Parts: sequence; C-alpha cells; structure tokens
Amino acid sequence: MKTRYSHGGDEHIFVEMDEEMSLDAFFKGLAISEAVRAARIDGVTEICPANASFQVRFDPDVISPDAMLARLKELESAANTAEKRLDTRIIEVPVYYQDPWTHDTVMRFRERHQDPSGTDLEYGARINGYDSVEAFIEAHHAQPWFVSMVGFVSGLPFLYQLVERERQIEVPKYLRPRTDTPKQTVGYGGCFSCIYSVRGAGGYQMFGITPLTIFDPNQTTSYLRDFMVFFRPGDIVKFTPIDRAEYDRILAAVEAGTYTPRIAEVTFDLEAFNADMAGTNAKLMEALNGA
Amino acid sequence: MALKVIKPGLSTTIQDLGRPGYFHLGIPEGGAMDRFAMRVANMLVGNPEDAAGLEAVFMGPEIEFQADGWVAVTGAEMPVLLDGEPRPTWTSFPVKAGQVLGFGFLKTGARIYIAVAGGIDTPPALGSRSTYPIGALGGVDGRAVAAGDVLPVGNPGAPAERTLDTAHLRTVGTPVELRVLTGLYWHRITDASQKRFFAEEWTVAPEADRMGYRFRGGTPMEFVDREQPFGAGSDPSNIVDGCYSYGSIQVPGGTEPIVLHRDAVSGGGYFTLGAIISADMDLIGQLQPNTRVRFVEVDMDTALAARRDRKARLEAVRAALGA
Repeated sequence: MKTRYSHGGDEHIFVEMDEEMSLDAFFKGLAISEAVRAARIDGVTEICPANASFQVRFDPDVISPDAMLARLKELESAANTAEKRLDTRIIEVPVYYQDPWTHDTVMRFRERHQDPSGTDLEYGARINGYDSVEAFIEAHHAQPWFVSMVGFVSGLPFLYQLVERERQIEVPKYLRPRTDTPKQTVGYGGCFSCIYSVRGAGGYQMFGITPLTIFDPNQTTSYLRDFMVFFRPGDIVKFTPIDRAEYDRILAAVEAGTYTPRIAEVTFDLEAFNADMAGTNAKLMEALNGA
Repeated sequence: MALKVIKPGLSTTIQDLGRPGYFHLGIPEGGAMDRFAMRVANMLVGNPEDAAGLEAVFMGPEIEFQADGWVAVTGAEMPVLLDGEPRPTWTSFPVKAGQVLGFGFLKTGARIYIAVAGGIDTPPALGSRSTYPIGALGGVDGRAVAAGDVLPVGNPGAPAERTLDTAHLRTVGTPVELRVLTGLYWHRITDASQKRFFAEEWTVAPEADRMGYRFRGGTPMEFVDREQPFGAGSDPSNIVDGCYSYGSIQVPGGTEPIVLHRDAVSGGGYFTLGAIISADMDLIGQLQPNTRVRFVEVDMDTALAARRDRKARLEAVRAALGA
C-alpha cells in the first residue's frame, strides 16, 4: 500500500491510499480524513472520504496548494497509528432481486453493455463462475457489506462485501454509462455494490431494487427526520431477499411513514475481522437478529 | 414583490453561489455556472453578490413583475425586452408592476443571469437557494421554474441605474482555450495520448449541462498496460471508485472527455486525467454545443496567477459599480 498525492486543479488534493480496494486502505483513508477534520485547517471547505482514497477541497487564497499538501503529509504519519475500530451499526436492507423495473432498464440500455444478449445478472453470474443466477444472488446477500463510501449523487452508498477477496464478486461498469437508473436500484461495479439513492444516470450493473427510501430532501420518511441522507461510511448492511408481495408491503409502509428499518449498534474491529471473518460476521448477524 | 413565470424557457433555475460542505454525501456545491456573471448581475441591482437570481440556458424565460422593481441581465448575449422594448445587458433598469421581461434569440454564450433587486427569496435548502434537481433541493420545490410559478423577492437594498463597462469582461478566442492542470490519473494514458489530448481540437457535445460538459472529436485514448487493480473493474478506464474534483476531466472508455461542473457527481469509477483550473470554470458555463475547444496544459503557478487575475477583475468591477 503506497499513498499517492495529486492536485486536482488548484482547489483539491486527492490522496489515494492504494490503487486496489481493501478495508485496510479504507480505514487508513478514513483515519487521515478524520485527522484533517479534527485539525480544522483554515481554508478547507470539503473533506470527502472514499473507498481507498479521499479528497480535500480548499481555498488556495487562504492556504496554498503546497502548504495544504505538506499538512496532509504530516497528518498521514499521525493517522498511521490510529485504531482500526469503529462504533457503528448494522442495517437490514430488503432487496427485490430480478424486479421488473430494473429489468426493463437493463433491456433499454442493452447496446451500452458488454453482453447485449443477456441480463446484467446473467452476465455477472457467468463471469464470476456461478452455475445459475440464483446461486449468484445467494452469494450477493449471504454475507454482510461495509459502506466504504457515500457519494456520486445524493447519499448513494458504495458497499464492500465482508468476505475473503477470492469470494468477492467483480463486474465491470457499463461500457458507456446509462442515462437512466430507477431510484433505489441495487447496482454492482468493480467489487462494489451500491444503492442508487435517486433516479438518474449510472454505470453499474443492475441486480435488483430496495423499497427503502435512502435519500429524502423533505425529511418526511420516518427514519430520515434527523437528516436527509440515510447511510454514512462505516455502516454495515445486510441485504435480505424479498419477493414482490413483501416489496409492495414495505414500500407502502415506508411511504406511510410507519416503517422502521432493523438496525443494531455494533463495533467493527478490522483486526478481529481479518483474523476471523466468519466468526465476526456471525456476531454481526446475531446482533442484527436480536434487534 | 414577486415574479410570475409566464414561460419558463428551456431550463431556468434559481441559483446563488451554492451550498459547499455536503460533497462528501454526494450533494454538490451547485450554484451559478458562470459565477462572475451572477455576481455582477447582483451588484448591478444593489444585491449582495450571493443573492439568488435566475440562470436560463439557451433560451430566456418570460416573467411578469408583480410590483415595481429593478432588474439586470448579464452573461450570454441575448436581446432583453421589457414589454417588447429593447433593454441593455450588463445594466440595471427599472420595471413597473405588470410589465413583462422577455428575450430574443441567443447570440453568443449559453447562460443568462437575471438578478432582481432584493433577490429571489424562495426557502433555502442546506444553506442555499440553488436548484439541484437530482436531489430535489432548492429552487421551486427542488425543481426548475415552471409556467405559473410565483417567485417571492426579498427587500431591495439601494437599487439605482448602474452599467458595467464591457471592457471589464473577459474575451475568449476561437477555439476557446481551457487551461488544465494534469494529475489525478493522468499516468493511466500513454505519452502519445497525453500529447494528443492537448494537440487536438475538441468540440462541445450536445450532452453538456450543469453536471458536466462532454467533448468530442479527439482520437480515442490509449491506456498504459496494467493488470487492473482489485475492485476497479476490467475496463482500462475504470478505477476503484473515488472522489471527483470540480472541473476534473473523466474519460469513460477513453473516448469523450467530460468536465464535471457545479452539479458534479462527487465520485465514481472512471479515471480522471486532471482538472480545469478554477479561473476557467465560468467560461465553460458559457459554451454552446459545437463550440471548438482546445485544452491547454498549465502549471500550478499559472493556475494561481489566473485565479488572482480573476479576483482582480472582480475587484475592479466592484470598484466601478460602487459595490
């Protein structure tokens, strides 16, 4: 893992912890970006942690790009010793896989896909060596996920599955991004799942849809009254497959303001996880099932 | 005072200087694409520079004033009509209750800015009235203005007739030159592609909006061979999803560069090869589709000098307008 710094124009510095994704890279990036936040550097306007990188935006009239770069490098050495442990929460997210709405969108944008002859799920299953779409879907929801970035648009979470690297699903993004994606589509690109928070453009493969509202600018959704964005980096997510009837029931409850997502408070310790993934996940699921 | 929208034009949105501080959640700063024009429009009618006005792209709206007031139009060159009578741009002028502001056909540029003394006073969202339709924030219920909307206007300061000498405006050549600081994932493309990016001429594609400006016409880029890093995806233009800078230039599939603008997505999985310098961002907001463009490589010192020039130009305008 080698940290790489780059200016992004005259107002940003981009810091890549690693070219490849890992939870170690995520935790290191999070630690530095939190150190930057705590340092309250004059001129810094945005601190954006990402999967294996982070970015700082600043006003170069207040702090020069060179001075900003030097401060970040100082903070990197301090963050190297930070504890890789988070007090966080595990959230159950119901997913209706192979739903009619994402399927319709999958078919509309076929010419932008690597394999115009099939669906995104068929393609994902095949290139990841699964015998059937059903087995592929099972792999997608069997183990929990870690929110390693929030962004793209309006509170969209990127999720990284808590399994050994060789078990992680990997798919390319669309050859050319789509101009449309249904709201709350569960997507997949690279090694990441995502949940599209709003309708719009997108480049991730489409697997299903969740009835949960995850961005609500009016803040009328029962669980979004405190803030309009549901997810934050470090959240843990368990996808649970649901059918059409269950989807309709939950959607109606969310819209009526009566739905309460299942959430449990947990602590996630990276070293404990790396030492025993199955055991750590079992404990996370125990906490969720007890909630 | 209020404004009644008779015709909305193509896409007319309420904008101010944006809502910084939420990019880490995927909510962009937004605000006027051409900040200079928005600031000047406000100065002309005696508003604070960060008051909200209207940004109209390619086509002007038709607006009826519900009380007497003052108005100024800046930005793109488009004939301004008050009850059908011509009025100058870059100048404040009085309006009477019942009068209608309209526009002729766009001549040059892409976006006009309409400031009204007192500023548009719709409810702010996350500290700004700027319209961000994707997140349904700001504007009129999170959207662009529509026929029939009545837009409240705040209390005016000290409006008076003010005119900006157009010698204060920046002139652009043909092709338009956009200055670039390389970096980010610049190393992903070959030397030949790096050279071609600056040597070739590009044109603004029809897909050019507040989120990003797309360019076409250059040779598809070649990537430096590598085994794709874990998590990036298999296309050579893919990276492990990271943050994007405002002004950063992504090239999905290596074909058509997209410059992210005020309503930028905050991150994604396509490589970026650098960013347009902050001093040239306003310029992009005034580019029409098919405009010829050349990207010009500069270093950080040049970028910062350009930023100072831009600031000095704004200071000179403030001094000239007594703002």
